[in-house]
Amino acid sequence: MAENICFFAFAGLTLLAACTVVFARQPLYSVLSLLVVMFSLAALFVMLGAYLVAALQVLLYAGAVLVLFLFVMMLLNLEPEALARMRLFTLRGAGLVVGLAIALLLIAIVRRGGLAGTWQAAEGTVESLGTVLLRYYVLPFELTSFLILAAIIGAVSLAKIKHH
Amino acid sequence: MIGLAHYLVLSALLFAIGLIGIMTRRNVLMILLCIEIMFNAANLAFVAFAKAWGNLDGQVVVFFIITVAAAEVTVGLAIAILLARQLKTLNVDEVSFLKW
Repeated sequence: MAENICFFAFAGLTLLAACTVVFARQPLYSVLSLLVVMFSLAALFVMLGAYLVAALQVLLYAGAVLVLFLFVMMLLNLEPEALARMRLFTLRGAGLVVGLAIALLLIAIVRRGGLAGTWQAAEGTVESLGTVLLRYYVLPFELTSFLILAAIIGAVSLAKIKHH
Repeated sequence: MIGLAHYLVLSALLFAIGLIGIMTRRNVLMILLCIEIMFNAANLAFVAFAKAWGNLDGQVVVFFIITVAAAEVTVGLAIAILLARQLKTLNVDEVSFLKW
C-alpha cells in the first residue's frame, strides 16, 4: 500500500515537473523543474532497487549537468522572451499531436505486451553493480573514459574559438 | 501492486513530453533540456526491466547512458555559447546556414 502511494506520488510529481519544463516561460523555471524531475526519478530508482543509479542520478544530473545549464543560462544573460518564444501555432499543434500519438502508441505496446510479470531481486548496490561493470563491461567502461576525454577536448577547443 | 507496466507507462509519458518539448520549443537550451527528459525516460525503462528480469545489466546500461548524456551536454552547451557569441541568437530556426 505504501508502495502504491509512493509510486503514484513520485510519478505524478515527475510528470508535472516535466510538463513545467516543457511549457514554462522562464528558462530558469525549466531548469529547476528538471531538478525536481531528476530527484523524483531518483526516488523511483530507489524503489526499483537501483541504489547506485539513484545516487549517480543525484550526483551527476542534479549536481553537475543542471548546474552547468544554470551557469550557461546566467552567463548568456538572455531575455526571458527570447527563450520563451514558441514555434508557430500550427507547429505547436503538430508537436502536441505527434507527442500524444507517440505516448498512446507506446502505452498500447506496453498493454499488448502483457508485462504484468513479477519482480525479481535485483539489488543495485555499489558492490554488485561494480562486480558486473568490471567483470563483463570492462571494455565499454574504459571506452567511456575516452568519450569523456574527447568531450573535454571538444568543449575546450570550441570555447577557445575567437569571436569577432 | 505496482508492476512493470506502471513504470513503462510512466516512461512512455515522460518520453512523449520530452518529444513535445523538442518539437515545440525553438531555443537550443530548451531543446537540450528536453533531450535530458527523454534520456531519463529511457533510463527509467532500463531500470524497470533490470528489476523485472532480475539481472543488473540494465542498470549498467543506465550508468553508460548517464555518462554519454554528460558528454553530450558538455559539447552541446559549448556550441550554444558559440552560437550566442558569434550569431547573437539561440533560435534554432535562424541557425540554418548548414542546410544548403
